[in-house]
Amino acid sequence: MITKDEVEHVGWLARIEIDSADAEGYATKLNSVLEYFGQLDEVDTDGVAPTYHVADIMNVFRDDVVTDSLEQKDVLTNTDSEQDGYIKAPRIM
Amino acid sequence: MVYENPDGVMIGLEIHVQLNKLNTKMFCGCSTQYHNAGPNTHVCPVCLGLPGSLPVINKRAVEYAIRIGLALNCDIVEQTQFHRKNYYYPDLPKGFQTTQYDFPIASGGKVVIEGEDGEHVVRITRAHMEEDPGRLMHIGSIEKSKGTLIDYNRSGMGLIEIVSEPDMRSPKEARRFLDKLRNIMEYLDVFDSDLEGAMKVDANVSIMGGDRTEVKNISSHKGAERALLYEIMRQKNLLRRGGNVVMETRHFDEARGVTISMRTKEEEHDYRYFPEPDLVPMRVADWAPSIYEALPELPDAKRERFVSQYDMADMHAKALTSDIRVADFYELVAAVIDPRTAAAWVADVLKGELNYRDLNITSFTVDDIVEIIKLVVEGKITEKSGVQVIRTIMDEGGSPQDIVRQNGLLRVEDDIVTQAVSEVISENKDALSDYIAGKGKSLNYLVGQVMKKTNGRADARQAREMMLEAIDRINK
Amino acid sequence: MAEWMNISTLKETISGSSAAEITASYLETIGKSGINGYTYVFDGALERAKSIDKDGHGGMLAGVPIAIKDSISTKGMPTTCGSKILEGYVAPYDAHVIERLKVAGAVILGKTNMDEFAMGTSTESSAYGTTLNPWDPKRVPGGSSGGSAAVVAAGETPLSLGSDTGGSVRCPAAFCGVVGFKPSYGAVSRYGLVSYANSLEQIGPIATSVEDIAVLMDVIGGYDSRDSTSIDKEIRYQDALVDDVAGLNIGVPTEYFGEGIDAGVEKSVWDAIHMYEDMGATWTQVSMPHTKYALAAYYVIAMSEASSNLARFDGTRYGPRVDGENWHVMASRTRASCFGKEVQRRILLGTYALSAGYHDKYYLKALKVRTLVKQDFDRALSQVDVLMAPTMPTPAFKIGEKIDDPLSLYLSDVNTVPINLAGVPSISVPCGQVDGLPVGLQIIGKHFDDSTLIRSAFAFETNTDHHTMRPAEVV
Repeated sequence: MITKDEVEHVGWLARIEIDSADAEGYATKLNSVLEYFGQLDEVDTDGVAPTYHVADIMNVFRDDVVTDSLEQKDVLTNTDSEQDGYIKAPRIM
Repeated sequence: MVYENPDGVMIGLEIHVQLNKLNTKMFCGCSTQYHNAGPNTHVCPVCLGLPGSLPVINKRAVEYAIRIGLALNCDIVEQTQFHRKNYYYPDLPKGFQTTQYDFPIASGGKVVIEGEDGEHVVRITRAHMEEDPGRLMHIGSIEKSKGTLIDYNRSGMGLIEIVSEPDMRSPKEARRFLDKLRNIMEYLDVFDSDLEGAMKVDANVSIMGGDRTEVKNISSHKGAERALLYEIMRQKNLLRRGGNVVMETRHFDEARGVTISMRTKEEEHDYRYFPEPDLVPMRVADWAPSIYEALPELPDAKRERFVSQYDMADMHAKALTSDIRVADFYELVAAVIDPRTAAAWVADVLKGELNYRDLNITSFTVDDIVEIIKLVVEGKITEKSGVQVIRTIMDEGGSPQDIVRQNGLLRVEDDIVTQAVSEVISENKDALSDYIAGKGKSLNYLVGQVMKKTNGRADARQAREMMLEAIDRINK
Repeated sequence: MAEWMNISTLKETISGSSAAEITASYLETIGKSGINGYTYVFDGALERAKSIDKDGHGGMLAGVPIAIKDSISTKGMPTTCGSKILEGYVAPYDAHVIERLKVAGAVILGKTNMDEFAMGTSTESSAYGTTLNPWDPKRVPGGSSGGSAAVVAAGETPLSLGSDTGGSVRCPAAFCGVVGFKPSYGAVSRYGLVSYANSLEQIGPIATSVEDIAVLMDVIGGYDSRDSTSIDKEIRYQDALVDDVAGLNIGVPTEYFGEGIDAGVEKSVWDAIHMYEDMGATWTQVSMPHTKYALAAYYVIAMSEASSNLARFDGTRYGPRVDGENWHVMASRTRASCFGKEVQRRILLGTYALSAGYHDKYYLKALKVRTLVKQDFDRALSQVDVLMAPTMPTPAFKIGEKIDDPLSLYLSDVNTVPINLAGVPSISVPCGQVDGLPVGLQIIGKHFDDSTLIRSAFAFETNTDHHTMRPAEVV
């Protein structure tokens, strides 16, 4: 069961601001889903390898050959927050 | 002598080496040559993390990683893959860094350095591939900044992170290790240390009786030594006053030379690693034998070869091989000049003059040094003049021939010196008598007069010998 | 409501008149039905059609209009993924499939509505309003590619592209009475598809016939070096358009007819299977014992991957920004206010499932169960050529019916998600109706044996007329 505190912690990890007042409500909804996920415990997976990829492919590489970059204006076209070609963001700390 | 390490200092380093000799970034075709370009001009949907873009691994980056692993005496992993390391920071356009996790490309190696008490082995835990984040510029200091400017040109550059065991026992050893590592990387031709952001270091430090701290934001080898000296002193003082050294991350403030605690909420990490679903596994261990075959001669081997092949002092061999460019330069000189003479000139004179001016070997030509050494060896100019020519070339430019001519450095003929000696003897009878009477200083005066007569072009040592011979003859 | 036209009719019409006229007539139809299927209509579509007329473009889709799910990157057009967090974002590059469509001469009409970031089965979670089902405007069109299926059903485009992470093409195709195809994993490049759950999803076409699906697949399918999971093996879809299922061995997985299945849906699907029998195929019951756990495994994996995929939406480089005293607070506020509730829930659950202490219990466990689910498919498909089952256990449900209960919404994906876990191909074709609402027959094939699947679906289409049933005028 996920607790109210855990919801707030996970919210921080995921950078989703959760109001303390809403955390309880979140916890209830998330717990109903987690409870459903709990049925996975019934499955015996001893000795079973995880499947990360369905296709058994390996060693996919590209050659070290330069391709075109975007124009600076196309990089900055989707932001209003720009300064001298840089993207401007709020301070870190 | 055995180094006691009285404080029980243990230093482990994590070094990020940027693979800036690749043509393109780690996962996209953007050029790595962004260092003199405007911000956000070397980016594409992939390294900008635009929605829908997908990474593809640069094959040569993997080859470089294996090359590095082998040079550090590591084992190359049988099968590996990339993982996502999830955390939020404005320089990370995807909200995760693509890196390696449980199966690094290389592990279990070692590097031998010149330690406090002779040869010292630093074990290499692992070396793994990852991508560089973008570059942040804080408007003002990081703590009181008004905002952050972001340039993503660096985003997606290939990096190798090398992690050592805590085998270094002093800041000096840490610096030697870093120097050695840089030297090896340059021998491997995977990395240019002169470029911004080429090498970054995090250090783990502990002393006896305390926990270890991690010092981040170290950007130079000198900085590493300073940061470590400060941090060890801080820990010692803390323990002496009965305090505790707690496990934490500290930020090195290069300007002030101090480390600052970074324990903030932002630093609580849970990276939620999982395999990158957009990339498939790699089985590349079978590349290792041919990469190993093609490995260039590494610093230690070259140093041994120089000693045996060129019959030079180990000290010279060490100096000449501590930078691949100097070593290559030397071998070109040694091909035309007696190797021992060449070693002395390149290792002692040229390197010293370059270091003094903070220049590297690329700012001097092989042809010039060969010409200068030849002039000295053939007795056309004095050793002192040779040094003067080197200095002039570095400071003002010009060719050795012109400099010698313009400064009248051509050594005068022997008979002119003989002539000057007999003139000085006949013109300075008093000084001569003084010398014969036992006043040693008078000889200096006499030789000085010879130098004056020859406008300084005589070799002072030779002038002195000829003067002594002449006096001997008079005495007999 | 415009007539449904397939590609061959369209091409005939175009050669008789012009691509511009065709495009103009679709543009005129768009919006008339009021189903809110498009989030954006491309104002350059007519110009594009005119230039194709002028150049005498000879491509496979020369002058043929198409609508694109808003999760597929289209240069110079918005790509919002049905989310407020991508409001105003204009992609500076084309997805691989868009490049292919352009080369083939297709005319992009616009972008279609979807559940926010493809997280849904109803298109109700779009920040740009719900899309209505053309068969009954009180009902959902299915999801997440609800807009793409609805606009095809409503005659607002002859073709569309969707994406299918856990049924997002097949579900709305079934609910809207059209054909929807999820290709084998690796058959179509994902380059340019905004990721929800990378290891599960594929771009897939929606059309009014299997024939059109095959043409579209021949255009968009095939290897792309920019997608490392793309598989370098050719499939010739149009070659599979053969009306012959004699000797075809059909497996009917018992578990897909389980609890909660609508009796009418069950009957339609069995009728279809019996129809195949009449056409010379045989069928046998097969068991896929881990089906029961597929849904939980699917959601754990999808949410985990999504929590990481959606991390890039932090208000820094594109999209709206909600101020905060520092970058981290800005990002947290932007994400809290610009992601919808369901997206936030899935990100939180995915973050939790990957976090220290829970990684093995949820994420790793789900991937192991995935292996078992995949083995069920391997086993079953070693005995039979294709599997057949209902696409959705019920016909389209009412708008608002499940929106407040995430779990009940998840449960409706029970028959579609196992296919994505296994990476096999699957198609939904209309096979009848229940109370005036379409029912989809789902045909499932072996990995990269998309041809057998297409042949099976084509034979059914050739010998039945379910696929010609179209909705009455939507008011």
